[in-house]
Amino acid sequence: MNGSRSIVQSVTIYVGALLILIWSAGPFLWQFSTSFQLDKALTEGTPSLIPHPFTLEHYYNAFVEKGLHHYVLNSLIVSLATTALCLIVGSLAAFALSRLDVKGRFGILMVILSVSMFPQIALVGPLYLIASELGLLDTYRALIITYLALGLPLVTWVLFGYFETLPREIDEAARMDGVGVIGLLWYIILPMSLPSLVTTGLLAFITAWNEFLFALAFTSDIDSQTIPVGIANFTNQYYVPWGDIAAASAVVTVPLIVLVLFFQRHIIEGLTQGGIKE
Amino acid sequence: MGALPSALWPWLLLLPAFMSLGSVSFYPIINGVYLSFTNRSLITQDNDFVGFANYLQLLADPPFWNAWWHTIWFTAASTGLETLIGLAMALILCEHFSGRGVVRAAMLVPWAMPTVVTSKMFGWLFDGQHGIINFILLHLGLIDQNVNWYGAPETALTTIILADVWKTTPFMALLLLTGLQTVPKSLIEAARMDGAGAWTIFWNIRLPLLLPTLLIAGLFRALDAFRVFDLVYVLTGGGPADSTETLSTLSCKVLFSTLQFGYGSAVSTAMFITEGVIALVFCLFLVRQLRKTT
Repeated sequence: MNGSRSIVQSVTIYVGALLILIWSAGPFLWQFSTSFQLDKALTEGTPSLIPHPFTLEHYYNAFVEKGLHHYVLNSLIVSLATTALCLIVGSLAAFALSRLDVKGRFGILMVILSVSMFPQIALVGPLYLIASELGLLDTYRALIITYLALGLPLVTWVLFGYFETLPREIDEAARMDGVGVIGLLWYIILPMSLPSLVTTGLLAFITAWNEFLFALAFTSDIDSQTIPVGIANFTNQYYVPWGDIAAASAVVTVPLIVLVLFFQRHIIEGLTQGGIKE
Repeated sequence: MGALPSALWPWLLLLPAFMSLGSVSFYPIINGVYLSFTNRSLITQDNDFVGFANYLQLLADPPFWNAWWHTIWFTAASTGLETLIGLAMALILCEHFSGRGVVRAAMLVPWAMPTVVTSKMFGWLFDGQHGIINFILLHLGLIDQNVNWYGAPETALTTIILADVWKTTPFMALLLLTGLQTVPKSLIEAARMDGAGAWTIFWNIRLPLLLPTLLIAGLFRALDAFRVFDLVYVLTGGGPADSTETLSTLSCKVLFSTLQFGYGSAVSTAMFITEGVIALVFCLFLVRQLRKTT
């Protein structure tokens, strides 16, 4: 391939790649740098990408004054519980659809996928009324139950796609050895699907970690609000504390970016499987 | 375990998923449609069946149409731009060059960020007084004074579209990249042997084969863009002067500021219907395209 490229083509590709790099990483790097700069440096004179002087005061403000750690804890609990439930419920469903004799399984898959196309704003009103009647407002449970349903379509689809690639002969061999249905899933299919489980788990975690609308509607205090709601409320009525916001943003984004970069190959495969497979 | 008839197993395993999706998606959707025919309000405690009254009010409601048009424009503009830029990115990334892995990894950064963080970040980049965008444009001589991007009705929606394009183009590029990689290499090599240029290969071989992927990816993006909420809510809250109000932010306001759940449900049901129409149009195109290629 390389040999047949003209100089113009090579230059175009490298310039394009550079543009993609700047476009994707630039804004984040600028915000990251903002989190280490003094307010004075942010509002005066010439902006600089290198923080000078370097300060951690915005991180201090975010945690000590705004209680960022409360939001982080809420988000962690909600997202981890959601991830665990999504993996359990999703793998049961994907296993049944892929391995057991289900009539109309593609119909069922389509119905499950169609849920991800519902506008969430159409769900939030009725769900709010239900949650309020059941006394679930301002609880982790309301969010976890909701996020489970939001994450399930993608998790089920990606796991189903992966289970389908595992050879059927394994099932038969297991049956011969007298392994039951649950045994087949637990001892054989799941251990073989570990990479796919990690990817889907990560996707479910990110979905729950980043969700905003339901968290905004269902929670109203620092004991149950998640990070996105916390950050959205950072703005003061009289001025916008850009440095503090940048610091809080870095706290919630950097771990995600590290995770994503670490698992990027799996994520790209998982995403495109879930997105394109018909 | 053995006592259970084998025909029951699949349903037993599917039950938790059905229960979850049923109670958090299907039931609320149906319930929402029902609510849209009532005058349910959390303030007056009304809860009567009013037939199509909410929908008649909706059709005569200027704020609703204002939000409807903004949503359609936002969806068309962001999906269109994301498809074009995403395609360009995918075409670059399907070539082999050193450092491709780094670029592919960097592309995931916008996707992994919480939308609220993206919104705040754009708020800072485009800040009217100290934003870096104003600084750069000023020094390039493209503007002669600071622009209040999110504060002015003329620029607010465009800048929100830009934020959306930044956030989701990488995802589009990834989907298209997988599509491009399924185009047989032999086909491209053969065309090259025949002396076809890069443009001919793209236009006559890659694009036609990519079309189904483009349509599916476009559908996903369009439905997602149509629901836009976080970006608008955090960046402008629908302002200034309702210039960025979308259907999601409007129904959120009706639901949780005025607590009119009946009317708010009518807004979100109307949105659901529009979304169904968008999906239908894409599906028709897709079916026609698949018929043509097979």
